[in-house]
Amino acid sequence: MLARYTLGALAHVALILAWYLFVRFGDVPKYVMPSPGATLEALLEPNYDWWSGIAVTGTEIFAGYFLALVVGVALALFFTWSKILEAFFMPLLVSLNMIPKVALGPLIIVWFKYGMLPNSLMAFSIAVFPILLTTARGLSEIEPELLDLVRSLKGSRWQLFTKIQLPGALPYIFSGMKVGAILAVAGAVVGEFLASDKGLGYLMLQVQVTLDTPAMFMAVILITLLGVALYGMVLGLERLVVPKDARVA
Amino acid sequence: MSPEPFIRLCGVRKVYRTAGEEHLAISDATFDVMPGELVSLVGPSGCGKSTLLKVLAGLHPHDGGDLRIGSAANPFDPSRDVGMVFQAPLLLKWRRVLENVLLPAEILGLPLAAARERARELLALVGLSGHEDKYPYELSGGMQQRAAIARALVHDPKLVLMDEPFGALDALTREKMNLELLRIWKEAGKTIVFVTHGISEAVFLGTRVVVLTAGPARMADNFVIELPRPRTLDMKTHEQFGVYSRRIYRLLGME
Repeated sequence: MLARYTLGALAHVALILAWYLFVRFGDVPKYVMPSPGATLEALLEPNYDWWSGIAVTGTEIFAGYFLALVVGVALALFFTWSKILEAFFMPLLVSLNMIPKVALGPLIIVWFKYGMLPNSLMAFSIAVFPILLTTARGLSEIEPELLDLVRSLKGSRWQLFTKIQLPGALPYIFSGMKVGAILAVAGAVVGEFLASDKGLGYLMLQVQVTLDTPAMFMAVILITLLGVALYGMVLGLERLVVPKDARVA
Repeated sequence: MSPEPFIRLCGVRKVYRTAGEEHLAISDATFDVMPGELVSLVGPSGCGKSTLLKVLAGLHPHDGGDLRIGSAANPFDPSRDVGMVFQAPLLLKWRRVLENVLLPAEILGLPLAAARERARELLALVGLSGHEDKYPYELSGGMQQRAAIARALVHDPKLVLMDEPFGALDALTREKMNLELLRIWKEAGKTIVFVTHGISEAVFLGTRVVVLTAGPARMADNFVIELPRPRTLDMKTHEQFGVYSRRIYRLLGME
């Protein structure tokens, strides 16, 4: 196990090293690709106000994601409560999921102006579907014989739900949450690209004009780290509530 | 005075309707099960044996004939007095073994402290002492099925219905589980209806064998197995064991 973690860490270090060597010996201009050191130095530029960028983009991601989680799970619970509701809504959801959510960006801006709210809504709209669809799938995946077992004891619908359906769906919910976490980051950043006046995505557009590539690299890294933080939180929560064997990859 | 039968089936029929067509799943099932018997229901796929088990469990209504479970002296409560074991152990992956065994007690709202105590005793009975706090994936297939048997007994039902419970196990584990089941049955003193397509398993376990045939589904035979108890594996080589087995093979058109 330890060896696996070590190898994984080694791969990351190797990539940074390759990046460094490529820039150092490949004679690559800084505006095309800065070295790891030059990228770090971008953090020292006070005008960029990194902390505020991290706070704004982070808030958009987390707010949109949290909303997606609450709405996604709640809708899935509602839709799968009865077979008729499920048959009515699920095909519609599958169709709606086909909409490239990024294409909704300009509309969301028309409806909600620009700022943190529409960017959170972008993150929400893109993250909600995987959470909703996997939760619904998890709730409907119940062994027919397990259903027989509960029915032979005259168990109630509520008991079936709390003792078997919901805990059985948790691994699915988490697999949707993991996909959603990655997508929420993309959603928030796309929102910032479309229209915003703060955040890391906004900063990237600003420094693009001045061809400050090190700062663009740094922004990408920070956005990635925000995603890693969110993903890590989901993973940690999963470890707490879902036993090892029940997890879905 | 001979005791009253615990289960009495008289001409029980079950019909499935799919797309306007009627399909006879059980026709004229007529047999009695005495209290404390272990009755084997044997037959090929499609003979209606699993359907009959579901009718006994109260999961499906029957469409004709009389079915009575329990008697005035030995009343039967359909919601509390049925324990079920299936081919798959169907343990809940997120619950530890003890918590899995407790599931029926939770659903029935039984006092949990007492149920917990009983669950521990039952796990000891099925040979799983020391495994109470493990997760199902830490157990072998045979051990998971033992836990499933403990779960079927935790609410102290009068009737235990088993649907090919050892069908997914390898041959050696299956033989071992047969012996274990006989021991558990003796100690727990339950009435058991055991569905199988294994002819030798049916004869080895049963106090009585009910033979069902497919196409059309009907009850072909019902006879008492008069082999001594406790049963031992070497009885499978006894002449009488072969006589019973051949009787079933013949009914199933395999001889």
